[in-house]
Amino acid sequence: MMRSVLPVLTVVGVIVALWYGAAVWMNAPWARDQAARAGVELSLSELVADTMVQERPVLPAPHQVAEGLWTGVTGQKVTSKRSLVRHGWVTLSATLAGFAIGAGLGIALAVSIVQSRAMDLSLMPWAIASQTVPILAIAPMVIVVLASLGIKGLIPKAIISAYLSFFPVLVGMVKGLRAPDAMQLDLLKTYNASGIQGLWKLRLPASMPYLFASLKVAIAASLVGAIVAELPAGATSGLGARLLSGSYYGQTIQIWAALMAAAILAAGLVAIVGLLEKVVLRKMGMAR
Amino acid sequence: MSLHEAPAIEAKEVSLTFETADGPVHALSDVNLTVARGDFVSFIGPSGCGKTTFLRCVAALEHPTEGLLRVNGLSADEARRRRAFGYVFQAAGLYPWRTIAGNIRLPLEIMGFPREEQDRRVEEVLELVDLKGFGRKYPWQLSGGMQQRASIARALSFDADILLMDEPFGALDEIVRDRLNEELLKLWARTGKTIGFVTHSIPEAVYLSTKIVVMSPRPGRITDVIESSLPRERPLEIRDTPEFIEISHRVREGLRAGHSYE
Ligand SMILES: Nc1ncnc2c1ncn2[C@@H]1O[C@H](COP(=O)(O)OP(=O)(O)OP(=O)(O)O)[C@@H](O)[C@H]1O
Ligand SMILES: [Mg+2]
Repeated sequence: MMRSVLPVLTVVGVIVALWYGAAVWMNAPWARDQAARAGVELSLSELVADTMVQERPVLPAPHQVAEGLWTGVTGQKVTSKRSLVRHGWVTLSATLAGFAIGAGLGIALAVSIVQSRAMDLSLMPWAIASQTVPILAIAPMVIVVLASLGIKGLIPKAIISAYLSFFPVLVGMVKGLRAPDAMQLDLLKTYNASGIQGLWKLRLPASMPYLFASLKVAIAASLVGAIVAELPAGATSGLGARLLSGSYYGQTIQIWAALMAAAILAAGLVAIVGLLEKVVLRKMGMAR
Repeated sequence: MSLHEAPAIEAKEVSLTFETADGPVHALSDVNLTVARGDFVSFIGPSGCGKTTFLRCVAALEHPTEGLLRVNGLSADEARRRRAFGYVFQAAGLYPWRTIAGNIRLPLEIMGFPREEQDRRVEEVLELVDLKGFGRKYPWQLSGGMQQRASIARALSFDADILLMDEPFGALDEIVRDRLNEELLKLWARTGKTIGFVTHSIPEAVYLSTKIVVMSPRPGRITDVIESSLPRERPLEIRDTPEFIEISHRVREGLRAGHSYE
């Protein structure tokens, strides 16, 4: 335990130090400007001190972001418009809905592609093409079209989130379902097993490690999708909306606090999938 | 001829050519062989002479490009559909996410045996291959030899007429091999199954078989078929009898002759 803590702390320390350095460097011009306008000379220590406490710094210092995050989470009721818990929950619910749709779709498509050569030839190129279209171009269209049908709120966001998350699951599962070797497949042939039996007894269990690897990518992609979906809609809640309103008003601390909240959320989600992976693979006897 | 009188395996002028990127590979050519029901037939020959390929043809995992192949009087495919064979591959190939008992249960689940029947048969074959008490272990918790025995148990569990074994004991030490050879003979005597057995070992082939098929490579042909004169009842000491040594000698001669064709 101790042996892994030390390197991690070292890396974190280096990052924070670099961040502080960058904050000083990037916020200094504004501090100098202000001082020149007021006709005062700043000593180096005064200059550095000023770069740490600006209200709208170009790059907020780590402690400012931490403080913004802390007050965002605990500084008010969770129902408040300024609560990061509220915004986080809005984004999280869309993320989870999108992840469920995306993972389900990815698995279903992968199964049909592996079971049928026609599906393989006809579906896969479209799936790949879908990912070459930038999400930023698709998101506004989906939201506008659905809004005109009277569908708003969670569902359009979940759809965009699913659009990003189905692909890694599809690719991972196609690989996983094709993981069994020729001998394992021949064995089933000698039992005269049906295609469905082959799927249940061999291909699906064999694909589990691949599934979980792709689910970790997919859940992070789901979060990105949900946040992007909150950008174009003029949404008023969600971490994406928080990012957007922060950039309107030059509230860099708010932007960074929202970004941090998103990063923490992503790390938490990936960790949960990782835990699930451990439990399932151990139960299957595949983790030693 | 009724189905019950038909030989277990009947091959007439069977040839198989693999079309590969580097041109055709003649894995089998003009193979003629009749295996009666209840025979124990061994296939022996140098590496690449088509032993595995022939076994795979019998199990309908490969299809001859020419010739006629009947299994229990049916086409190989039809016999496969009727689940006529248990196949033991060169490697154990157990599913890592299933316990040993779960692996042995696999064919029983697929063939729709009732649950109690499954449990009964799993216990039975586990005992047969001397793995009693290992049912709940996962494959990686067992040695290679134990895994191979588990894969034999898996092939035995559903009680197919014909047992096809591709070098099942190749990776085992001499002592364990002797034991399993004895067990296999007992099993064969008790069940009356037809067994097709691939090996590289002359003593093993002679000890086990009623019929020894000697093959030679390029293209895969049968050079000799030896009907063993040994009694069906075979203690391990039989390997020191003059009769045993004479048959071994003939097999060796057959193998030499095959090589001189190259
Ligand atoms: N799927 C395949 N495609 C092309 N060539 C093949 C294929 N399977 C086998 N062969 C070729 O057919 C020949 C016979 O192979 P086979 O596996 O039957 O040999 P074997 O007698 O079982 O050898 P060994 O004792 O090494 O297992 C070899 O030359 C091999 O390269
Ligand atoms: Mg072989």
